[in-house]
Amino acid sequence: MTNPKPIIQVDHLTKIYRNDSVETLAVSDVSFKVFPGEFVAIMGPSGSGKSTLMHILGALDLPTSGRYLLNSQNVGLLSEDELADIRNRQIGFIFQAYNLLPRTTALKNVMLPMAYAGIDPRKREEIARHYLDLVGLSDRLDHTSNQLSGGQQQRVAIARSLVNDPSILLADEPTGNIASAQAEEIMKIFKKLHFQGRTIIMITHEPDIAKHASRVITMRDGKIVSDHLNGRKKP
Amino acid sequence: MKLWEIIIESFGTLGLNKLRTGLAVLGIIIGIGSVITLISIGQGSQQAVTSQIQSLGANLLTVMPGSSRSGSVRQAFGSNTTLTLEDAQAIKTSPQITTINHVSPELSRRSQVIAGKNNTNTQIYGVYPEYAIVHKISLSSGNFISQGDVQGLTKVAVLGPQVVVDLFGEGANPVGQTIRINKQSFRIIGVTQSKGGTGFNNQDDVIFVPLSTAQKQLFGVDYLSSIAIEAKSPEVMTDAQNEIGYFLLDRHKISDPASADFMIMSQNDILNTASQVTGTFTTLLSGIAAISLLVGGIGIMNIMLVTVTERTREIGLRKALGAKRQTIVTQFLVESVILTLIGGIIGMLIGIVASLLLSKLLNLPSVISLFSVILAVGVSGVIGIIFGWYPAQRAARLQPIEALRYE
Repeated sequence: MTNPKPIIQVDHLTKIYRNDSVETLAVSDVSFKVFPGEFVAIMGPSGSGKSTLMHILGALDLPTSGRYLLNSQNVGLLSEDELADIRNRQIGFIFQAYNLLPRTTALKNVMLPMAYAGIDPRKREEIARHYLDLVGLSDRLDHTSNQLSGGQQQRVAIARSLVNDPSILLADEPTGNIASAQAEEIMKIFKKLHFQGRTIIMITHEPDIAKHASRVITMRDGKIVSDHLNGRKKP
Repeated sequence: MKLWEIIIESFGTLGLNKLRTGLAVLGIIIGIGSVITLISIGQGSQQAVTSQIQSLGANLLTVMPGSSRSGSVRQAFGSNTTLTLEDAQAIKTSPQITTINHVSPELSRRSQVIAGKNNTNTQIYGVYPEYAIVHKISLSSGNFISQGDVQGLTKVAVLGPQVVVDLFGEGANPVGQTIRINKQSFRIIGVTQSKGGTGFNNQDDVIFVPLSTAQKQLFGVDYLSSIAIEAKSPEVMTDAQNEIGYFLLDRHKISDPASADFMIMSQNDILNTASQVTGTFTTLLSGIAAISLLVGGIGIMNIMLVTVTERTREIGLRKALGAKRQTIVTQFLVESVILTLIGGIIGMLIGIVASLLLSKLLNLPSVISLFSVILAVGVSGVIGIIFGWYPAQRAARLQPIEALRYE
């Protein structure tokens, strides 16, 4: 059923934060694989280490020990610039707080990753319009981020995460700041993307949101406590 | 991301906070503006002094008596009385000296001058007619001292325009009237044209009388205070200096040139000294202006550091979206260079206007040189890089996840 070659392979991943003399074990010996086309929800109470794990998967943070392979490439061995390229081309990251550039139009926000990728400026706008259309915002292209509602901002952020055609989408509580009616809109987009064959990993603590995923991983105290496909136990 | 894209984006970013951008730029405007103004006034004065000295006569050599000794005490330069009219005539007629045109023996003293109720203290020059040729004197009315005046010991005087103003008032023509120098009456036969001099060596604040009259009637001396000699061309100045030097050593029976009782100065020597003085003046002024430029630069750095702190989250986001360290460094450097370059260009324009206004209002000469314009723009760009460097590095060093978490 699944492709034998995983997009993500995590082996014995551990992250320890040191703050003065206090050590915090955020992620503890976590191992799992994600295969192309999967829609994985990571659940768990706050402080369970899911956000830290997500940052490591997004190449925004490095593990203390363990190995993280993205498309068979060991991310831990890459230079700072190579990591920047990974973040730019292979990962689409969607933040809980949207993180759009303030006072900048939706169109320009969506075009930004393409500027860092060195895509021809004339093609950028075409691609950005396409993805803004996909998230249903083709009538808001010239609105600046502060003129958009939370749900609309998150849809701009989703469009932005897609423009460089990444191999995986990482969403860190994408509906956490959004009213439930608009959250449903967001989830519809995620389901559409999943249906189109995109691989998605999403953090959430709401079972209502997690039920849209095809696989649910639950974490507690930095460890994976369950990992099953929605509807049936993972073999 | 290409440089021009970063530049366009930076203009947009700077435009978002116009007041802050304006204040940061203001520091550079003041700095560059004052540098340009002070340099152009400094260079203007330098050029004015140079052309003033040159207007005293081109190809000019001046022989002056050396300093005399009384006992072992060396007296003031020029205090010797060893230079005589005979020396001047011998120089003029000597077949050994082939590189000169005219010889002008001169005796100058300060004296009180009275005309009616007015009086002034001015420099009296006892001269030959050659003085007018060698020093390029032209007359606005009347005649200069003639050979006949010198031979006849006549009591006639030619006045500089400043003396006319002092004694007779603005616009008066005193030719034909009399003045009293040292209690003796002199008839005014001419007024010279203004040479626009200033300071202690004002070529307009002088009175010319025949040399013989000055020596015998006025001051009772038989020596000269200087002999001005015009060389045939600027190229033979050194030759002329040597020929005259050896001739006078021979005439004064001095074998060691080090103990010569006279000195020969060329126009160039005087020019060099004068431009050294005005050069120091210019440097000093620019130094003061440079300090304000430095302060402006620190202002830019301050603003850029505030910007980096304020935009920490934005930097984190850009890195999360794939911006490389170099791209972030370039972005912040470009912003600070734009600030300083805009400041530099506006400051340059204001500096040019200010130096033109100052030279009009204060009657100071000013020269706006291409050098100072290039300097201003170049320096402001460099200041942008120097003071933008540290904030840019700080921005680029931020770890994406920590920057994103920053509140």
